[in-house]
Amino acid sequence: MKALKTLAYVLALPALLVLAWWASTLGSVNFFVPTPAALVEKFGEVWFGPRFFSDVLPSIARLLIGVVAAIVIGVVGGVLIGSVAWLRALLEPTLEFFRAIPPPVLVPVLILLMGITDSMKIAVIISGCVWPVLLNTIEGVRAVDGVLSDSAHTYGIDGWARVRYLVLPSASPQILAGVRQSLSLGLILMVISEMFASSSGLGFTIVQFQRSFAIPEMWSGIVVLGLLGVAMSFIFQWAERNILRWYHGQKEVENAA
Amino acid sequence: MQPDTTRPAPEAMLSVRGLKKVYQTDGGDIEAVRNLTFDLRAGELACLVGPSGSGKTTLLKCISGLMAPTEGEVLLDGKRVSGPPKKMAVVFQEYGRSLFPWMRVRDNVELPLKNQGVPKAERDRLVDEALEAVGLAHVPRSYPWQLSGGMQQRVAIARAIAYQPEVLLMDEPFAAVDAQTRADLEDLIRTVWKKLGVTVLFVTHDIDESVYLGERVIILSSSPTVVQEDIVIDLPDERDQLETRSLPRFTELRHHVYEQIQLAKKGHRPAAATS
Repeated sequence: MKALKTLAYVLALPALLVLAWWASTLGSVNFFVPTPAALVEKFGEVWFGPRFFSDVLPSIARLLIGVVAAIVIGVVGGVLIGSVAWLRALLEPTLEFFRAIPPPVLVPVLILLMGITDSMKIAVIISGCVWPVLLNTIEGVRAVDGVLSDSAHTYGIDGWARVRYLVLPSASPQILAGVRQSLSLGLILMVISEMFASSSGLGFTIVQFQRSFAIPEMWSGIVVLGLLGVAMSFIFQWAERNILRWYHGQKEVENAA
Repeated sequence: MQPDTTRPAPEAMLSVRGLKKVYQTDGGDIEAVRNLTFDLRAGELACLVGPSGSGKTTLLKCISGLMAPTEGEVLLDGKRVSGPPKKMAVVFQEYGRSLFPWMRVRDNVELPLKNQGVPKAERDRLVDEALEAVGLAHVPRSYPWQLSGGMQQRVAIARAIAYQPEVLLMDEPFAAVDAQTRADLEDLIRTVWKKLGVTVLFVTHDIDESVYLGERVIILSSSPTVVQEDIVIDLPDERDQLETRSLPRFTELRHHVYEQIQLAKKGHRPAAATS
């Protein structure tokens, strides 16, 4: 019963929007705005075929590899920079510089350096996604509670054990906040990396449809991107709830008090 | 009556010799502890009281090896303390910030042992015993923040017991729990101490608590800190919240400690420390 109610809440607005869209396209002949029925038809035709394997899956794979690599680099780098004061002093100004560079401007440079390859596209995704994770991890690591840190220290929890049992769990709320930002950035960068001189992928296909005036097909590609974003967000929320069960529980108790 | 600062008594488990701590800040040096010397016999339960700001926490951090003293030294079983020693456990005042909120009660108690590489069977036994001893055998699956303040502090005590320390340091452990819970926890400490034969240094600002708990009370002067007085609590060994506290001797001792603290607050210092 509760699940049904949740489902109703989730689907109510999308259903309304589709209804409004359907009503506004009744009898319309606008070439650039297809009817829902036409879009659904094209959607199945375009994406549930060979394109799924030649464009959708490779895009998702690059996105996943890029985001996961960015998370690993961000967390490892963040723990190091956050724990070692002189490293932070050495790196932080430079990091601010690199962080300020919008990743799309790197695409042409990376094409020159790496060629039009999967690695180039993954590098574009990493170059943007790494920052929220890295900076949030640094903050999270620095904010480890002093008393908790003393407790761990008096019980001889040092070195790797300290990172594993104290630093990472303690910083996990911030780390996951960074990951959340990275996921949406990753989707944007995935598309951008495929728009320049590419031959496959979702971004490439959508641009291709645009240029050949295949308007319903183009819209269906945009819907695919949206659905991908929704799926990623749901998976993230599920993972976050499980990893941060303690954190949300603690917050609830604090708020109730 | 300052004891000889050069050599600890031979039977001392914990020995603080000429301890001095000066914090260097932008606004100049702050002398938190001037010259502290005292010994704890093995198995002794001593309370340390002092006016607020008398450097109790600084002293405890130096003893537990979290902070290096500016001068002097701390000896544990004859060995100089230079970092947190294996034979020592500390219970902090802020129970809410000393347990890992992402670990269940049992995992919290078990973690230090796991980290020491204690075999699983042994670990289970120690954790069970410790949780039993503090009366928390029924909540091992809870998270610390699901428990009341008093229960959280019990978990912290269980973690300290399971670690099997020779010296147990407690930094105002009951300052943040309510009065009734506090009485229970005081009795718990006495029970645990008798059962384990551990050496306990209990820091508090509560005069009643220090007299009720200790075999001995060490009174600190105000900052820069020295030992104001070191008195033996000659109350019967069996303590009871109602009976012990209504003994004439309890009142006398309490009165005496109170007076000394008042003197300390006014800046009175023992003769030996004026040099």
